[in-house]
Amino acid sequence: MAVRTEPFVLNMGPVHPSTHGVFRMRVTLDGEVVVDIEPVFGYLHRGIEKLAEQRTYTGVIPLTDRLDYISSMSNNLAYCLAAEKLAGIKVPERAEYIRVIMSELQRVAALLIAVGAFLNDCGAYFTPFLYMFRERERIVDLFEMASGQRLTYNYMRVGGVSQDLPEEFMPALRKFMDMMPRFMDEYDQLLMQNEILLARAKGVGILSKEQAINCSISGPVLRASGVKWDIRQADPYSIYDRFDFDIPTQTTGDCYDRYRQRVEETRQSLRIIRQAMEQLPSGPVRAEVPHLVRPPVGEAYAHIEAPKGELGFYLVSDNSIAPYRCHIRPPSLINLTALRDMVRGWKIADLIIIFGSIDITVGEIDR
Amino acid sequence: MKFERYGIGIAKGLTVTIKHLFRHPTVSQYPEQRLNISRRFRGNELIWNQEKCTGCGTCAKTCPQGAIEIITSTDMAENKYVVEKYEADTGYCIQCGLCIESCPYEALYFSHNFECAKYRRGELVQGKEEMLETPERKVSGYFYPDKAEKLPKQTLLIEKVTEKR
Amino acid sequence: MATAGLNIYHLARLQAVSPDWPGGFWWHWLFFTVVIIGFVLTMVMGVIYIERRGMGRMQSRLGPNRTGPFGLLQPVADAVKVLLKENIVPAAADKLVHWLAPVIAFAPALMLFAVIPFENGALLADLNIGILYVIAISSVSTVGIFMAGWGSSNKYSLLGAMRNVAAIVSYEIPMVLAIVGVVLIAGSLSLNDIVVAQNVPFILLQPLGFLLFFAAGCAEINRSPFDLMEADSELVAGFHTEYSGMKFAMFYLVEYAEAVAISAIIATLFLGGWKGPILPPWLWFVVKIILVFFAMVWTRTTLPRIRIDQLMAFAWKFLFPMSLLNMFITALQVLAGWPTELVWVMIIVNIAVMAILVLVWSRFFFRLGGGRVEI
Repeated sequence: MAVRTEPFVLNMGPVHPSTHGVFRMRVTLDGEVVVDIEPVFGYLHRGIEKLAEQRTYTGVIPLTDRLDYISSMSNNLAYCLAAEKLAGIKVPERAEYIRVIMSELQRVAALLIAVGAFLNDCGAYFTPFLYMFRERERIVDLFEMASGQRLTYNYMRVGGVSQDLPEEFMPALRKFMDMMPRFMDEYDQLLMQNEILLARAKGVGILSKEQAINCSISGPVLRASGVKWDIRQADPYSIYDRFDFDIPTQTTGDCYDRYRQRVEETRQSLRIIRQAMEQLPSGPVRAEVPHLVRPPVGEAYAHIEAPKGELGFYLVSDNSIAPYRCHIRPPSLINLTALRDMVRGWKIADLIIIFGSIDITVGEIDR
Repeated sequence: MKFERYGIGIAKGLTVTIKHLFRHPTVSQYPEQRLNISRRFRGNELIWNQEKCTGCGTCAKTCPQGAIEIITSTDMAENKYVVEKYEADTGYCIQCGLCIESCPYEALYFSHNFECAKYRRGELVQGKEEMLETPERKVSGYFYPDKAEKLPKQTLLIEKVTEKR
Repeated sequence: MATAGLNIYHLARLQAVSPDWPGGFWWHWLFFTVVIIGFVLTMVMGVIYIERRGMGRMQSRLGPNRTGPFGLLQPVADAVKVLLKENIVPAAADKLVHWLAPVIAFAPALMLFAVIPFENGALLADLNIGILYVIAISSVSTVGIFMAGWGSSNKYSLLGAMRNVAAIVSYEIPMVLAIVGVVLIAGSLSLNDIVVAQNVPFILLQPLGFLLFFAAGCAEINRSPFDLMEADSELVAGFHTEYSGMKFAMFYLVEYAEAVAISAIIATLFLGGWKGPILPPWLWFVVKIILVFFAMVWTRTTLPRIRIDQLMAFAWKFLFPMSLLNMFITALQVLAGWPTELVWVMIIVNIAVMAILVLVWSRFFFRLGGGRVEI
């Protein structure tokens, strides 16, 4: 005896407080219930793949900063790995370790934002968001010290990193590593067991294991559904096979699990950083790479475990100074494909938190 | 909202926020309180060393944005290039630092300034004279560790923590 | 209970300020009208400042501190800014309804203060049905909010307004039933008499009633965690999405005036109103309002928002039966004779009863329904 009303279409975005940028959804609603959604994107399209075809191999690196602008270091790393694979360049040991430290710090920073934004979408009025931004600030301070910028780091180069770490970097990092677990405990105390959050997020937006695999979801969203798949261990790149870390997984794949998954991944990242700090060798940080890289004709695909999932770069070379084709596999876009199945039948409020729990960056979707 | 935990989680969260009420806030008041920026800070201006520059144009070739324009003529008597026009459009510059890294003669640096707002777009273009090093246009230590040592140490939030935990 | 009622009747007649102070019907009317409007406006500015600064500090930032000493003039600056802004009316809006909505929403927030005593007997109208008046008037602002949602011809506004109407219709009932406990103990419907009857603040005698009233009151005035009528992360700004300029200022004022009003009612009913040692009564009253409001700021800073079906379930499956039980238990206690000399025993008994009821109910009876709907 359900009372049915006439469905209507609500335009969410591109300017909306919780669409994480300029994302737009055409939501068909029946009262409060989401009947159907249709993501519309392209509002932040800058043609990065096409622009990359006109730049030198080094000149593409600043562009990759602007893909997923809250995890620039990971983007740099993925691109540099692809270019090195293409050109057959061996990276010095110290550079590898610096890359690992940087990309794991970046993962912590990006996951903090993801968790904060998710909790903000749940309606905790900016408090978790600002607390997590404060911790991200400490990481960004470190990045600023090493690379000179706070958002678009442009730190890694084909064949290493742009410059060695300054001498005051390691003490600061050590101090950060000592304090971070305490901060994490405080966040867990803030909202992890909150009854309202449990009621809002538990069992909401379930993504089953099979569906996650079918949609080729990757990253924390996939692992929250119970699939133990992490490129750092499944296909170790850089020097990740030297570190001892776990891949946390959750069971149900609801919003709360995705939140828990991100928090636990942050702890694992801290573990990797601690090991990398101990093993950090000295030596050069940049291989002898010519100023204009001219890789032989061929193609290469390199993928890394970015904070949001599998980030891949596919480069085709025609032996010129610019890539013939640069294709990017953005995790945000592909994780978004499961959104419609996850939100159908839930309410608008759930749509927002499910969308928040996927954790997208529009810069990466539109490219 | 199941009260299976009888509000323990809510109470925990409330203690965290009330504790923050009595902690020192983390923010700093920008125009009055200035923190030291990174020694490697990539400022909004480029600084050019006229003596060292040979006019090779590597910076202009490297710039991904095409923000640097250089025109040279040949001085046959001294057997070198004379830089006639050297312009950097800081409106197009993305502060990637590739020009500085690529300069083979160490003649290009970033400035350590960041308050470079202008009223007109045209004013954003730096001419030759506006690219020279002056006391108010300090050189940043980006890619030049010896220059970085002379700059003040960066203020870190991790060392500024006054809140007790 | 007849004797107790008589005592209160006598006490009420012995109030410090005569009913028509400062003399004459019209003087009384004029004086209190001016006082109420001034009080509400200054309190609104005060609580906005407290909310923004307090929330800022809880979020590890400073909050407004530029305008005036310690940023005290920030609400004034905001008011001036918002009044000077352009007034945009959507082309498809129902112009009259859109224009009238903020006025209709604002009037009841002000009218509530007519029956709230600032001092013994110092109130605009000592209605003998004061609490009934409060309940009746406070739900009128819903009409204004619904008009705003309807008149804006915006889907976000409409959704927000629908949520608001649903919430207020549900939350009125537990709110009224929570008050009944207080009324039973005090033996009067007049707010002044209720304050006079509070030798011990009723929060101690009615802890469950206080909790229920606080939750229902928060829901009634759209404070977190029940702020889903203007949920900024879902519905942009809810019913006032399409408002700007002066009319937006009115809605902003309504929001905080209602918060002050609910704080004042809670202070009056449960915290002993103007009663208190040393300080003048009106100051005690203000301090108590600010205390209650601070609790609202605190919950707003910490808690996530609940969903609309959970809001309904919370009202009908938790607050409503609990308030019925509370009323029933209080009635039994009053009927059995309220032992005035054993008041501390009663306090302990009541707190224990509250704890047992909340625990048992949430463990065995309270279940959330809803969730996913099959399409």
